[in-house]
Amino acid sequence: MPLDLVTDVLVIGGGPAASWAAIEAARTGVRVTLVDKGYLGTSGAAAPTGLGTWWAPTKDGRRATAERRVARSFGVADVPWAVHTLDEAHNGLTQLAAWGYPFPTDDAGERYIPNLRTADYMHFMRRRVRAAGVRVYDHHPALELIVADGVVSGASGIARQNDETWQIRAAAIVLATGGCVFGERVHGAAGLTGDGYLMAVEAGATLSGMEFSAQYGIVPFQTASNKGLIYSWATFSREDGTPIDDNGEDRQVLVARALSDGPVYARFDNVPAALQNDLRVGQPNILLPFDRAGINPFEERFPVMLRCEGTVRGVGGIRLDGDSCATGVPGLFAAGDAASRERLTGAISGGGGPNSAWAIASGVWAGRSAGAFARYVGRHHETRVAQPAGRTRLDPAAVGVVKAEMLPLDRNFFRTGRTLVRSLANLGDAWANLRSAGGLAGVAALRSREAAAMTATARWSYAAALHRTESRGMHRRLDAPAMDPAFARPVGISGLDAMRIVRDEAPLAEALAS
Amino acid sequence: MIEIVSETRCVECNICVKVCPADVFDAAPAGAPLIARQDDCQTCFLCELYCPADALFVDAQAERAPHVREADIEAAGLFGSYARAMGWNRGKPGGADRDPTFNIRAAMPG
Repeated sequence: MPLDLVTDVLVIGGGPAASWAAIEAARTGVRVTLVDKGYLGTSGAAAPTGLGTWWAPTKDGRRATAERRVARSFGVADVPWAVHTLDEAHNGLTQLAAWGYPFPTDDAGERYIPNLRTADYMHFMRRRVRAAGVRVYDHHPALELIVADGVVSGASGIARQNDETWQIRAAAIVLATGGCVFGERVHGAAGLTGDGYLMAVEAGATLSGMEFSAQYGIVPFQTASNKGLIYSWATFSREDGTPIDDNGEDRQVLVARALSDGPVYARFDNVPAALQNDLRVGQPNILLPFDRAGINPFEERFPVMLRCEGTVRGVGGIRLDGDSCATGVPGLFAAGDAASRERLTGAISGGGGPNSAWAIASGVWAGRSAGAFARYVGRHHETRVAQPAGRTRLDPAAVGVVKAEMLPLDRNFFRTGRTLVRSLANLGDAWANLRSAGGLAGVAALRSREAAAMTATARWSYAAALHRTESRGMHRRLDAPAMDPAFARPVGISGLDAMRIVRDEAPLAEALAS
Repeated sequence: MIEIVSETRCVECNICVKVCPADVFDAAPAGAPLIARQDDCQTCFLCELYCPADALFVDAQAERAPHVREADIEAAGLFGSYARAMGWNRGKPGGADRDPTFNIRAAMPG
């Protein structure tokens, strides 16, 4: 039997932000349902990795952390927003400790909070979500929103393990669907196809910071292991053994440039001997690929490559109205990597600590707002006449076009106006000409929507990148290498077949002050 | 990428079918689950952690590794090696309270 139910708040997603949103929404006293494409506990970019998390116990410490971060953000982030995020993450992490999450104890005998073993963390969060009374449906990807006169009214999708469909009517929805990695093979990639961006824009939302989608992670040989931490202790060399000098530039830029000349090798030369065992015990998945390949990475060189991390360790996502996490579409809220992290991290990656804190803070805010919205609407929404809002489905062949345009370093990592125009033409062709037939069911329907979401996300990223005729942080325009003060503000984008750039009138800092 | 479901080790609990975020496995009417959609595997190793019987092997290559053989993995002691390193046991979490990553972060350059 197809699942057909009514709830108050529907959370779409299965990572940290979704779990915090679901728990907080339930605390407002409403019925909460969570649907995820995968499994709440293993889904998303966080679960496989291990994650530093922004944490400072004192108010002054949080302010100092925010100021240090914003100083590196290339002028797009703002301190009050970063402080606000740190404050809410502090509350969340304090709560996590009170719930009994097994934080380790450091040498000083203090509980060590700013690192989460994410497999354990998400296993723990699943239990908290269920204990909060949230109904959880794993392997239930949402394919489209349901909208009544511009107000979000539910979603529908498939139950992929039994080939059924589902429809859930809800007064409010939290999109916590994660970012988009454009089909790259990195941790968490299975779910990270930009589904939430597509659903939000179809309902009328705007995205922001999509040009900051050029973050790449170093991985050893052909693995998916984009764990960055240990490369602080690595040296890099070319095939003939010539060292690649560390000239103070961003590590990924050094490697990207060297890769354009030929293979690049790394070795963890500089890891202090005393830390090798800590790495083995504390970060087993860093060494796992080496152990399984029979390589000693502290002594032997191994080839590395860069894999695209899109908007996951990039920045862009759904533009929020503020800490309500409202999207501008009544009833629709966003959290985690589905939302733009531009105000938090600017033009540089929020990967690790900031994004982890953001998942907690934005999850809590979005859940709280969605709960309040649902209470305000009451049962009224159940009788609305609503329509499915999903518009575009593409043949999965479009994913091949997306990968060809978004993964190569000479298209995405290093950009020019000329290559962006060409890529946009190819992506536009895929968008217009690879429409799949309506009436697809089951996993075929899911694949066609994922193809549409990835293609749309690629188009938004490059259209925003073409508009931003400067270089800033991870947005590297070889034809405009300098920063332009006129661009020290967010670039928004919306629309599907015809995309529209949305420029804010005032820079963020001024908007906040007024 | 996921390469092996060991029929000799598998206890047919189908937990991997449930927890795989990419829905790679199919439950079989009788016997061990099947790797039904190998190409969807995201090489996250989480199925190994959740497997109570250490019956799964994920090769570190993100693309297919056709030369992986169960006898070699068994002989090398690699079944369950990730779970043991993490401190998970029989599919249940453990070891987070003994995580020494604070030493690593304290020593990080820059």
